[in-house]
Amino acid sequence: MVVAELADENLDRLFHALADTTRRDILRRCVRGEPSVSRLADLYPMSFAAVQKHVAVLERAGLVTKERRGRAQLVHTDGDALDRARRALDELEAAWRGRVERMADVLAQRDGR
Amino acid sequence: MSIVSIDKDYDNLSLVLVAEFEAPIERVWQLWADPRQLERWWGPPTHPATVETHDLAAGGEVAYFMTSPEGDRTRGWWRVASVDPPRSLDFTDGFANEDGTPNSKTPTTEVEVRLTEHPDGTRMELRFVFASREHMEQLERWGAFDVFPQSVAQMDALLAATPDQEDL
Repeated sequence: MVVAELADENLDRLFHALADTTRRDILRRCVRGEPSVSRLADLYPMSFAAVQKHVAVLERAGLVTKERRGRAQLVHTDGDALDRARRALDELEAAWRGRVERMADVLAQRDGR
Repeated sequence: MSIVSIDKDYDNLSLVLVAEFEAPIERVWQLWADPRQLERWWGPPTHPATVETHDLAAGGEVAYFMTSPEGDRTRGWWRVASVDPPRSLDFTDGFANEDGTPNSKTPTTEVEVRLTEHPDGTRMELRFVFASREHMEQLERWGAFDVFPQSVAQMDALLAATPDQEDL
């Protein structure tokens, strides 16, 4: 995996997604409920296609996901903030478990064991 | 097993890891203080770390990069807040741009290292604090940790292949 490229690309998408007032408003509404794309389109003075584009930008940044239910496309946030924080802590833990084991390994090697 | 406990506080977004090593405190300190030793454990086996700058003094910086199997480099830095050899080290850990300057768009983690002597060796307590929940989300979305679960699995394989070190 190309860590740096992936990381920069993701970050760029995230900041791009959050840099727009309409998209931030869409995101807030998605946190509170599961609006459909049509419902969102009614809320803003812009075309259905324009709203769809905003949703797509949020989707690419990993902030929302779309789910088709009947004829409606529902937009919801991808897990709540606490879930994400939980996962991030779990991953930090995994990272440092690896580091501590490697520390033990380095100490053992220096000890000639 | 080196790790004694891991406590995660999801409300305060902090993690405390306690480990014990059968080694004198000075030797455990060298894992942090000697850049050549730091390189041997900081990066996962697939992404070894190279430490370019290592100034372990208050206000000092550590600059490093990790190299992927494809040869791509991910740069990172520490800003040292305080240091008291061989017992304590506080620093901020962050990511850097390609030229090594801190990437201001990416979040940082505060790390506190505390070493204490105990009868069988050295106890190491690490405390990590994320600035905010939003900060955590950014770290995760950014993919900053993506490389690590993979490295843990490889580390396990490495340890399994060297059974004489299992007491550590």
